[in-house]
Amino acid sequence: MASRNTSKSIGVIGAGSFGTAVANILAEQNKKILLYVRTAERLKTVQKTRKSAGQSLAENIEVTNDLSQIGNLCDVIFPIVPSANFRDMMRELSPFLKPYHILIHGTKGFDIVGIKDDEERLSRDHIKTMSEVIREESSVVRVGCLAGPNLAGEIADKKPAATVVASQFDEVIKMGQKLLKNDRFLIYGSNDLIGIELCGILKNIIAIGAGAIAGLGLGENAKSLFISRGLVEMVHIGKALGGNAQAFLGLAGVGDLIATCSSNLSRNFTVGYRLAKKESIETISKSMEEVAEGVRTIGLINSMAKTYKVRSPITETLHRIIHGEMSVDDAHTYLMKFPFRVEIDFI
Amino acid sequence: MKKNKVRYSEIIPRTKQWPIVQLSKNRKRFIREVTQESFDNIKKIARGKSLREELEMTVYREKLRMKANPWKVDPKDERDFWRHIQHRLVESQGKPDSVRKEEEILKEIVQRYAEEIAGNFKNTYYRFARAFVTFGFARLLNAARVKGFTSLFSKQLDLGDKIKIVGEPEHIRSLAKKGTVIMVPTHFSNLDSILIGWVIQFLGLPAFIYGAGLNLFNIKIFAYFMNSLGAYKVDRRKKNPVYLETLKTYSSQALRWGCHSLFFPGGTRSRSGQIEKSLKLGLLGTSIEAQRILYEKDGEKAKKIFIVPVVINYQFTLEAPALINEHLKRTGQERYYKESDEFSTSYKIATFLLKFFTKGSDISVSIGKGMDILGNYVDDNGHSTDHNGNPIHTRDYFISNGKITIDPQREQTYVRILAQRIVEEYHKYNRIFPSHLAAFVAFGMLQKQNPKLDLYNLLRLPEEDLTLDYKEFKRNFKKLRKRVLKLHRKNKVGINEGLKAKADLAILNGLRNLGMYHAKRPMVLKKDRIIVQDANTLYYYYNRTIGYGLEKYV
Repeated sequence: MASRNTSKSIGVIGAGSFGTAVANILAEQNKKILLYVRTAERLKTVQKTRKSAGQSLAENIEVTNDLSQIGNLCDVIFPIVPSANFRDMMRELSPFLKPYHILIHGTKGFDIVGIKDDEERLSRDHIKTMSEVIREESSVVRVGCLAGPNLAGEIADKKPAATVVASQFDEVIKMGQKLLKNDRFLIYGSNDLIGIELCGILKNIIAIGAGAIAGLGLGENAKSLFISRGLVEMVHIGKALGGNAQAFLGLAGVGDLIATCSSNLSRNFTVGYRLAKKESIETISKSMEEVAEGVRTIGLINSMAKTYKVRSPITETLHRIIHGEMSVDDAHTYLMKFPFRVEIDFI
Repeated sequence: MKKNKVRYSEIIPRTKQWPIVQLSKNRKRFIREVTQESFDNIKKIARGKSLREELEMTVYREKLRMKANPWKVDPKDERDFWRHIQHRLVESQGKPDSVRKEEEILKEIVQRYAEEIAGNFKNTYYRFARAFVTFGFARLLNAARVKGFTSLFSKQLDLGDKIKIVGEPEHIRSLAKKGTVIMVPTHFSNLDSILIGWVIQFLGLPAFIYGAGLNLFNIKIFAYFMNSLGAYKVDRRKKNPVYLETLKTYSSQALRWGCHSLFFPGGTRSRSGQIEKSLKLGLLGTSIEAQRILYEKDGEKAKKIFIVPVVINYQFTLEAPALINEHLKRTGQERYYKESDEFSTSYKIATFLLKFFTKGSDISVSIGKGMDILGNYVDDNGHSTDHNGNPIHTRDYFISNGKITIDPQREQTYVRILAQRIVEEYHKYNRIFPSHLAAFVAFGMLQKQNPKLDLYNLLRLPEEDLTLDYKEFKRNFKKLRKRVLKLHRKNKVGINEGLKAKADLAILNGLRNLGMYHAKRPMVLKKDRIIVQDANTLYYYYNRTIGYGLEKYV
């Protein structure tokens, strides 16, 4: 196949299921992909088996555990690591980054900074999206993100899908399109970077709830009710955090929400499902190979909603369930009694 | 007892070598270059309109402006010029050589604009104005402060005693040697231009060029000072794309000629009293464009452009009552009779200056740390570093696939990043005075006492409701002061030393200085109550401390 980007390698940081899937998509249209794994042992296994997160690696993917290589050999980098490790990774990578680099991340969680002062509640100053972390930790300004219904498993099976590349910079969107697009993978663009990031992050909360409803076997009506009310809650929280309502109605909002709330390929959905089956959050977390970002997000958003006085019954309820203050059964009766008034009040 | 005064030598002692002198010497060539570049740019950015449409629109708007809003400074031949342009435009329509004719017309317009914008810097005038400001003001100051008849000629005090320069004066001096400096000050008062002009020469920097509102040239004193201090003219009535492009090109070219420049990025004076939040991006954008072109032309060796934020801290803004009324009128419901601006005539300015130099609270000018065009700090050698102290090559911001590329959308986004950084720096260098904090507390308490009233009703409260209990006021003042000091320790805001005094003293200091020259004091202390006499002006000074999230603590 004709290569579209001849000169330099494309970097992918993080060989989890989504990172690996993205590397494989990139490998279809580009000459050389550099995939970063964190540890030396992992490097050995991946190199030996040519498999990562259960997916076979395309031939033109080279695996490394040297971040300097990623920075020095690649102009465009896709960081896809859990939000809890993102800042540390950026600190290590930063010395090798220059202002001409383009970073398009695929991480759907928040980073927390600097809360020592007990009297202060969690506010927008304390939580950062990954694009903000990139800006803070490096000299890179051309930053973007990937979001949309992209269940890694389906992408690995070469099923059709689409994604949104969001960035304030048109050139980043164009670059994302150029590198990722193929016959089975559509790319949309958006300039609302924060809005799109928030979509990806907040939908994980709803996915956990939807999983719980599925686990309880409450049926499709209940799940649809929950998803659409969840969307409204996402919009309200998103607006309080600096996003626009529009983003939530697109592929990265509704689109991603539907996918994650209806598939047991989704980690967050699975967490909810197992919670409904009376497993504790500790056992679930321990048994999962990769992090379900939603669990962490629920805690953060629960606190933030209080600071900004946003009504968020779903997040609040899920927070109580996770902390064992409420059983899943009680939660569902509680939510059914919750006085919702106007259906849509954000457009 | 006498302190040794700091004096700065001129960094380029021979004025002939100043870029601005070079520029005014080659004025003709410069205007020609500006005209050519603007012309090319306008042709390039079509915006889906034909050149003819663009020209027709320009003529139409100009005619409208001349009719609706004529000024004293407008040239006499304006009407004829535009009538003539219109005539030729109509005549050429449909003719085979119409495109050539249109381009000719465009060039004429651009050239006229460029001539109009161009400053008229004269070295001799500059020296005179400079001497006048330093000498004249020093005399006034001494007459007022040092007792005795001979004091008029005493050299004991000068502007340097009146105006404190804090921050990084040495830093800006070394940057001005390494590259081209753009000073971006906050803008509260018309006095700012003169003040900054003085600061620039005091620091031994060559004259800066700056865009000044054409309306100021209506006033004779200002016209004289501004012409001699290197001003070029910005006409805010002209909003047509041809004019704006010419203006931007003017600024961008001057930067590339190495002229240090002064932008008031807030555009006009802050009406509400708040520190500028949204900056005008147009002129700021020329710094980024100019830097990119310099890199394209000169590669790694290119001169760098440095942005230096400057915050002018007054306890007191002369125009405050007029400004806040204008702000209220703009934002809503208020029905106000038009008060004349204190800066409307030369006489008023003269009396103000007299007051200012004879009585008066001190002014401090904080010179911020220099930044590159993306808002990264630079060291004394002009090298940029990121937050972690790693070096950054500014040229890399324009690079894609290994070479410099022109991407207007990218550069627009850069301007927004830069603007945000400047606003952050403003908040950091802003100093909170006891008077501002007193106003903040008092107005905050009024709001809290009347939770159901919106701003406009609050400002219309009857006199008897406009009083505050002193004890309560003091308690709040102390609480807020604690917050402010905490922010100060985190390096997020500056403070005036007076704030650290005992609460009663600090409050007294604040009340004494709050709006001291206004016809009506915004508030006074009578026995154990604080009486608000002018809620609008109080609101203005309240706004000075907005933007730090302190509201919730009142």
